[in-house]
This record gives sequence, C-alpha cells and structure tokens, in this order.
Amino acid sequence: MISYLVRRIFYAIPILIGVNLLTFALFFVVNTPDDMARIQLGIKRVTPEAIEKWKQQRGYDKPLLLNSAASGAGKITDTIFWQKSASMFVFDFGYSDDGRNISREIQTRMMPSLAIALPTFLVGLVVYVSFALLMTLFRGTALDITGVALCVLLMSVSGLFYIIGGQFMVSKLWHLVPISGYAGGLDSIKFVVLPIAIGVAGSIGSSGRWYRTIFLEEVGKDYVRTARAKGLSELRVLFRHVLKNAMIPILTGVVVVIPLLFMGSLLTESFFGIPGLGSYTIDAINSQDFSVVRAMVFLGSVLYIAGLILTDISYTIVDPRVRLQ
Amino acid sequence: MMPVILWTDALIFLLIAVGAAAAWYVRRREHLLLPWQRVAKSSVGMVSLLVLSLFLLVGLLDTLHYRVALPEKSNGQTVYSPEVLSAFDTLVSGLRGRIEKTYSAPLTAYLYAKESMERPDGKILRDYPRLKYGGAHLADPERELAGDVVKRALLGAAVGLLAALLLADGITRLYPAARKSRPLGAVFIAILIIAALIGAIANLASAYHVLGTDKVGQDVLYLSMKSIRTGLVIGTVTTLVMLPFALLLGVAAGYLRGWVDDVIQYVYTVLSSIPSVLLIAAAVLMMQVVIEMHADWFETSAARADVRLLCLCVILGVTSWTGLCRLLRGEALKLREMEYIQAAQAFGVSTFRILTRHIVPNVMHIVLISVVMDFSALVLAEAVLSYVGVGVDPSTISFGTMINAARLEMGRDPMVWWALASAFGFMLVLVLAANLFADAVRDAFDPRLNRMESAT
Repeated sequence: MISYLVRRIFYAIPILIGVNLLTFALFFVVNTPDDMARIQLGIKRVTPEAIEKWKQQRGYDKPLLLNSAASGAGKITDTIFWQKSASMFVFDFGYSDDGRNISREIQTRMMPSLAIALPTFLVGLVVYVSFALLMTLFRGTALDITGVALCVLLMSVSGLFYIIGGQFMVSKLWHLVPISGYAGGLDSIKFVVLPIAIGVAGSIGSSGRWYRTIFLEEVGKDYVRTARAKGLSELRVLFRHVLKNAMIPILTGVVVVIPLLFMGSLLTESFFGIPGLGSYTIDAINSQDFSVVRAMVFLGSVLYIAGLILTDISYTIVDPRVRLQ
Repeated sequence: MMPVILWTDALIFLLIAVGAAAAWYVRRREHLLLPWQRVAKSSVGMVSLLVLSLFLLVGLLDTLHYRVALPEKSNGQTVYSPEVLSAFDTLVSGLRGRIEKTYSAPLTAYLYAKESMERPDGKILRDYPRLKYGGAHLADPERELAGDVVKRALLGAAVGLLAALLLADGITRLYPAARKSRPLGAVFIAILIIAALIGAIANLASAYHVLGTDKVGQDVLYLSMKSIRTGLVIGTVTTLVMLPFALLLGVAAGYLRGWVDDVIQYVYTVLSSIPSVLLIAAAVLMMQVVIEMHADWFETSAARADVRLLCLCVILGVTSWTGLCRLLRGEALKLREMEYIQAAQAFGVSTFRILTRHIVPNVMHIVLISVVMDFSALVLAEAVLSYVGVGVDPSTISFGTMINAARLEMGRDPMVWWALASAFGFMLVLVLAANLFADAVRDAFDPRLNRMESAT
C-alpha cells in the first residue's frame, strides 16, 4: 500500500507540471506582462515608464523562459517562469497586487472556508443519502414519483436563487441570523448556520436523484433477493446490505471533493461575506489580480489530485476485495 | 437595411443545418427512428419539447440580425446605424421602445419613485408620477386599473384559446390519426394553456409593463425574452465546440490504446484536475485582456459582445469536454473487444473506417444523452459565471446580467423584486423543460433501461 501511494504521488507530478505549464501559458504567453500592466494602469493614459515600473515592482521585467543575460544557473532561475510559475511547486505563491503574501493569506483564510464547507458536506451527505434511501424504500409508489419530480424541480432552480431567496427570507424578513459577516470561535455559529442550510438545500435535487439511481441499481441485484428470502426486513436490507454495497460508487463521487472543501465556495462566501478562500478568489477575479488566481488554480489541482488518491485509499477501507499494489 | 451575421449567428445556423441533416438521415432509417418514436410516446417529453421549441423560436427570431440604414448619406454611401437589431426586436418594437424613467412595478400606472410635480395651480407636490406608457390610456388608474387588467387578460386569453382551437381543428382534419394518439392529448392541453397565457400577456403588454421595468426603465418582459437567446447560445454552441474534441479524442483513445491513449488521458487529466470555475475564470480573464487590448477589431459594440459570448462558449467547451471524453473512451474500450469489430479487423477494414462506420455510430446514444443533459447545466452556469464576473459582456442581455443588476436592488424599500423574479422564473421554465426533455431522451436511448422493450 505504501509503495502504491508513493507511486501515485509520483504519477501526480507530471500532471501538476502540465497544470503549471498551462497556467503559465494562459497568464504570460496569451497576454504579455506589458498587456497586464496596461490593463492594470488603465489603457489610455499610460506611459512606457509607468509600465516598466509596474513590471519591476512585481518582478515581471524578466525574460519569460531563458535569461541569456544572466550566467550559470541564473539563465533558468532568473526568469518569470522559474520565479512565478515553477516556485508554486514548493507552495511559494509570491505576493498579491496589494503586496500581501499569498501563502499566508491562504493559511488564514482556510479556516473560515472550512467552517462552512465541512458541515455543509457532512450534513448534506446524511440528508441526501437518507432522502434517497427513503425514495428507494418506497420505490414505484406515488411517494417515490413525487420525490423524483421534486428533485427535478429543485435541480432546475438556479443556485443563485437559493442563496438570494434564503438570505432574504431568513435574514431580512424573519431576522433570525445576521445577513452576512463572520466571527471566530463559537460566535461564528450564527453566521454559518444559514450558509450551511442553503448549501445543503441547494443541491438536494441533483444529489438526491444521483444517490437514488445508485441505490436502485443495487436493489435490483441478486444478493438483495437473497437477503429478502432470508426474511430480513426491507429496512434492514436497505441499511445493512444495499447501503454497504453502494459505498463504492458513492465514494467515487464523494471523496474527491473532500480536499477541495478547503477552497470553499465562491458564491456562498461572497454572498455571506465569509473571509474564506472562495471570496478571496472572487475578489481577485474582480480586481484582476492574476497572481492570486494563478495560485488558486494550482492549489485547486493539487487538492483535486489529493482527492483522487484519497478515493483509492477509501476503496480499501470499505471493500476488502480491493488491494492497492 | 443591412443583414448582419454575427459569429454566434453563423454557428447557430450551422447547428440548425446539422440538426436538419441529422433529422433527414434518421427519418429514413427505422432502427434510428425507433428511440425517437419512444420519445414521442412520452407525454412529459412532448410537452417539454413544446415549451422548449417556443423558447427556441424566440431565440431564432432574435438571431436574425440587421442594421438599419440611416436617412442621411455620406459621400453617396448609405450609412448604417451602429445599433444591431434583430427580427425579434422588430416584432416586439412596442415593448422595446416604451422606456420609462426608472423602476415601475408590474401592471401599474405609477412610477416606483416619488417626484416633485407642479400642479396646475402652481403648488409643488411630491407624489408618484404616472408612467409614460404603462396604463397611460386610463383616466383614473386607481379606480379603473384592476378592472381594465382583468378585462384585457380575459380578452387576450380568449383570443389565444380560439386561435389554438382553430389550429388544432385544422391539424386533426389534415391528419385524422392524430386524434387517437395519447401524448397528443397532453400536448393539446398544454397548447391551449400556453396559447391562453400568451394571448393574455400579449394583450396586456400592449398597454402595460407586464413584468415591470428595470432601473433605466426598460421593460423586464422584453429583457427576459432577449435573455433566452444568450442562454440558448451558451447551451448549444458550447456543445458544438466540445463535441469534436470529446468524440474524436475519446474514441481514438479507447480504440487505438497505446501511446495515443496515454497522451489523450494525460491531457484530459490535466484539464479536469483544475476546478472548472477557476479554469474558466482564468481563461475568461485572459480573453478579456485580449479583447480590451484590441478594441479596434470590432465594428460595433454588438460584434464585440458577441465575440465575448463566443469566446465564453469556446472556453466552456474546452473545459468541459473531458467528462464526455472519458465516457466515450470507456465505451470504445468495450466496443473494440466486440466480435463485429474483430471481424472488421480480420477483413482488413482500415482503422479510420472502423472508427467512423462501426465505433462512432455505436457511441452516439451516449453523446446524445450527455448533450441534452449538459444543456440545462450550461444555462444555469451562465448566471453563476456572470455573477462571479467571468460571464458574458455586461452589455449582453442575459439571465446572469439581469440577476446581477437586480440583486443590488434587494435592499430598497419597497423591494424591487420583479426583475429578479422574472429572470429566475424564465430560467426555471427553460431549465425545467430541458431537464424533463433530457430525461425522456435518456429513457428512450439508454440501452440499459429499454432492453426488455426492444426484445419483444
């Protein structure tokens, strides 16, 4: 298992190099640093000197890939690619446009993101699975059909509607919780309850239907008939047998997103004013702070690949037949 | 008048041509027609198709663009107005032209905000002024408004119903067999309801702002209907961009294996390992810079907004082909071991021919199902991306830009709810119809679901 993991981590390296090259091409080749400077400083009234100064302040005044002026290793290291892109492999993201250290910013903003995303994920998992099991229990009846119809209706509603509508009803009409904001420690509960509830409600339609499909596939299998023939109650069949056997498809879809929870949710965080990584990203997009966006793209893919590895490990836990070699 | 073909227009025309060719091809082949006949037997599928085709009609009318010639000429050459209009704009020119000063609620005769007005006796009074167009024909709106609205709505609905009944009567006379078919009954009821609704709204819209007006006084009903085209373009053109990648690469990877498979797998693993919103955001930000740096490429602002829309579709397509590609690769891996493929190989059929004649037709059902399933997700994604700031051009009318503008007005008192409600409402109907139709198509095409039926 250990050797498998080591190999998987080595496999991840070429993919991360690919991501790195892709972001480098997107951010430095499609548009030159000169273009960036002009956009940041305003297109019309901008002098060449101002552009040079802007580039120098941010270290964009170096050659892209190969510095022929430098000597020795400097030929490669004293370039934009080395200092801005390759350095992300050691999680050195450099500085944002307002001069803050991006790595430190990410560290402090991870906790608020997690405070929303982790409970949303856990509560959501329980709610969706029980909703889907309920529909499976009553499969073929009017209750099941109503449930599916409800799912289709709910998944046709825009995610923005849940946030805007929920915020309006709960915070503005009923004054139950503050509209937006965040506080550390226990005070944070009143700020995070609504975003979590909306996050869970927002994907109940698509998730409920997805889990129902998985369970229905399992219910049709022979072992379920055997379990019923033994005289087990339907509830016992569902929870002890179907749920356990449906774990592999469920884990495939679920474990991947666990590391990504650190990144938070763009929409929820910006609507509720949570100072997490999601709102950090949105602010960076709106102020065209490219170094932050670049860092988040790289961080996102690292976490995604970590999720894939976690998925493989989780298989061995729920299914003893799976052995990682 | 000068017809203008924007980039997305051209792609939509291409899409229609492809669709027509496919329909013609399928019509003459019984085995391909069979699943579509199953779709036609589903009442839900047919009703949602009816709703979708109404949206499609509005979108298509809105795709025929032109520029009006200005009356004055320069150096003997006709000068065209910089404003790009569409056939739909001309059709509802009444809605487009009746611009109030600012917000007004649906079906009212008064403006949203109070204004200082001079009375005939010289006194200054602060009150809600009458609208320039909405309910302007009423002498005393406070007394007459409700009655007039009900009267107009009923009259319009009656005319709509009558027209629908006449149409249905004509159809059953021409095709007597239609009378017996069951899903047509549901479709018929749906047509009656929709016709009555359209009649009522059209009749009301001639004198009121049925869904109110927005900040600069534009009719919200008009804006909502204009948004349909943007949603449809994003839902369909993205697919058009993505399909060649996914189909070609997926099938090639699965069938050829070896280093081709390795390279293609590497490319899609890299692309799919970046969270899609971030990848889209990064690409759109870069695209914005390119467009801003080359403002001189575009003749009109409409052309510029259109190129942005097209770029958004391309970016969405490039970032979203990986899922379908992986599915197709898996299917091709399965198919290449089938006996008929091995027989073809033994006969010495060329690889290209095996791919195009034997593999691609047998994965088409997966392509079709995933295309119709993706459509609604793309329409919803547009609104979210516009909110994040990486969506369509701010001057393009879309559900996203409407929601974005209306969201900021939630805090006003009394609340300005109508723009938000209509954007969400139109989007819900469009996406719900698309989802239901997608389900009907999936049920008809998924071989796992209808194995029993085809065996009989």
